[in-house]
Amino acid sequence: MSEQKTIMRHIPDRLDSPLHSAIFSWQTLLLTVAIGIFVINSFASPYFLDPWSLSDATFNFTEKALIALAMALVIISGEIDLSVAAIIALASTMMGIALQFGADTPVLVVVGLLSGLVCGAFNGLLVTGLGLPSIVITIGTMSFFRGISFIVLGDQAFKGYPIDFAYFGQGYVWWVISFEFVLFVVSAIIFYALLHKTNFGRQIFVIGNNPIAAQFSGVRVGRVKFLLFCLTGLMSGVAAILLTSRLGSTRPSIASGWELEIITFVVLGGVNILGGAGSILGVVIAAFIMGMVTFGFGLQNVPGIVMSVFTGALLICVIALPIVVRRFRKGAIE
Amino acid sequence: MSQPKLSLSGISKSFPGVRALDDVSLELYSGEVTALIGENGAGKSTLVKTLTGIYHPDEGEIRIDGEVVTLTSPHSAFELGITAIHQETVLFDEMSVAENIYLGHAPKTRFGTIDLRAMHSKAKTVLEGMGAGHIEPATLLKELGIANKHLVAVARALSIEAQIVIMDEPTASLSHKEIEDLFVLIEHLKSEGKAILFISHKFDEIYRIADRYTVFRDGGMVGKGLLADSPQNEIIQLMVGRSVDQIFPARDSSIGEQVLSVSQLSHPTEFHDISFELRQGEILGFYGLVGAGRSEVMQALFGFTRPSRGQVRLDGKPVNLKSPADAIKAGIVYVPEERGKQGVVADLPIFQNVSLPSLHEISKNGFLQLANEFALTREYTERLDLRASSLSQHAATLSGGNQQKIVIAKWLATRPRVIILDEPTKGIDIGSKAAVHEFMGDLVGQGLSVVMVSSELPEIMGMSDRVIVMREGKIIAEHINDETLDAATLLRDAAGIEEVAA
Repeated sequence: MSEQKTIMRHIPDRLDSPLHSAIFSWQTLLLTVAIGIFVINSFASPYFLDPWSLSDATFNFTEKALIALAMALVIISGEIDLSVAAIIALASTMMGIALQFGADTPVLVVVGLLSGLVCGAFNGLLVTGLGLPSIVITIGTMSFFRGISFIVLGDQAFKGYPIDFAYFGQGYVWWVISFEFVLFVVSAIIFYALLHKTNFGRQIFVIGNNPIAAQFSGVRVGRVKFLLFCLTGLMSGVAAILLTSRLGSTRPSIASGWELEIITFVVLGGVNILGGAGSILGVVIAAFIMGMVTFGFGLQNVPGIVMSVFTGALLICVIALPIVVRRFRKGAIE
Repeated sequence: MSQPKLSLSGISKSFPGVRALDDVSLELYSGEVTALIGENGAGKSTLVKTLTGIYHPDEGEIRIDGEVVTLTSPHSAFELGITAIHQETVLFDEMSVAENIYLGHAPKTRFGTIDLRAMHSKAKTVLEGMGAGHIEPATLLKELGIANKHLVAVARALSIEAQIVIMDEPTASLSHKEIEDLFVLIEHLKSEGKAILFISHKFDEIYRIADRYTVFRDGGMVGKGLLADSPQNEIIQLMVGRSVDQIFPARDSSIGEQVLSVSQLSHPTEFHDISFELRQGEILGFYGLVGAGRSEVMQALFGFTRPSRGQVRLDGKPVNLKSPADAIKAGIVYVPEERGKQGVVADLPIFQNVSLPSLHEISKNGFLQLANEFALTREYTERLDLRASSLSQHAATLSGGNQQKIVIAKWLATRPRVIILDEPTKGIDIGSKAAVHEFMGDLVGQGLSVVMVSSELPEIMGMSDRVIVMREGKIIAEHINDETLDAATLLRDAAGIEEVAA
């Protein structure tokens, strides 16, 4: 726009300082909300601030949040995986079958991880191979995977997992710090690096923004998407191990309805449901918020159904808020 | 021509940080075509949006037949008889031609439902009246080509008896023949007394069809007058605010060894038996009408579509290009025609766009190195004289010409052997155009080989060493571009006719 035009002009890397953009980000807003909820909970119940209570609270979200980390990547790439909870059911069932054949803990873990990975690869193949929308494919595999569970188990349950298998879902690494929590923190760091610091992560953003331009730029779009579905399947397998270990049994109805809660974590975390934008930090904070709210409601003896009304309302607000704000700003401009 | 049909005076419009229109005035006269000329970013689109009621000006007044009017919405513009035909027509693909023409003002039966029969017969009358009787009112719009869609848009304008017709780059995606048809139609509109605003980048078109001109630069009106009194250079001077000595740079590159050879490349539907070779330091022009299959050949070379037959050799060795990633690795890159869709990732920063195909080169063990990305981006964007406030600015916020520079920078950073440019200057302003042309000269000077697909004859003749003409998926002719080659020959080849009044 300027009138002074020189031949070779220096273009700065960025205009805003990183600090400036950090302050005005969605994550900062989320963190404020998280602190607010923490403070409210502390005042509302004398039991909240107890270290063991807080530790218990983490179990409300760690398993779902582990899947949410991978789901965030899938959604940023412009796809979605609705079959994650069904994968937990199927992977847990497979572990139960292995148990009937006398499998010990290491074998159970391998079976859980492999089942998840195979389910994810199956989703990935259908989506990238057939070029069909993932929302349709994974609604299908959601019924398919859980259906297999129901056929195998009916109204029965697998029980009698080995004593040492209980460590994954019930064990503590140090004092009040659970194995699940440590696994979540480590995974969050790995996923943060993967999404924000690697070529692979950059390609995820590019695909989510413009898959055609991505392909025209040499990004192997199909391969990246396939890997993301595999990764989500694998993380669902991890969650299946933790949940089965924590409950000590497998029923076909295990983890039902989790897919929506997981997607709530991701969207609340600032990931654009249409793809192309989002951050792991946001998803992590969102997981903490949801965990604390669930726990706080529990301490106040609020029924579970109210929690689900709250979750639904929150999801709508979170999706609507940025759009309304943008429209409002646009209106102000015009 | 005493009183203008439409006059704007003192119109200003600001967006945060940008004064898009600054005290602008414009007059349109009944029965005349006024050309609106300006570089991209000069404020033409903002003006069109103001005239069609999408934007509301901060200051100034709009008069129709001398009376002050306010355009509060697109609907009020419509009621005041203003209609716009856009570069990419805003019509509805899944509806019929008649429905598109009469959307919002369809004839009704006495029960208040749409009278289909009346609508179809009225549509037929309108279409025939403008010499487009070949379009059936019942046809779905998506079955028509772009030129016919334009005709439907014009028919819509006629059906609402609009007195003021805005044409925003209507010829951008039309072939030569289709442009001629459009001009006949514009003459027809003129004779009916419509006031027409014609926006185009192409000077030959402007001189051909327009009576008056108004020039915008950086959001302001810098000149207006009768075209008959103003030579082209004078107007270009007004547009860029500096003199453009030569439109096409002279260059002295030496043409070397054969780099690329393509033999008998075929596709089931798009092209047949395409064979050509490309030498080092050469610019090979591909000329033809829109739809001749040129882009399809290039996309097959780039590994985006799979040819059914044929061979591609690079430095004499056969290469198997199954995906763009393979082509890039082999050193063949492609600057697509559809910049917004295939070229830039609009909502990502400039530097992420530029570094994308080079990521594996500048990263460490798969981890991004931001400093390397910025350095690479800076090196290539500054060479292309990119106009941006920072490298973290989103590509979407830049003008078409600057977006094109990002796409070119992205490919140069991969240090390719062969660069394919598909309509490299389509829809970009004259300043950026010159920059792209000059840069093509630099590229071949450095030993790269360039394939340039273009539908603009001056560009083909000004830039190419050799010209291949395609028609209906086949190579029709190949010419060395020397003094003996004339535009009429190329046109004849492309259109497949014996005589052309050129």
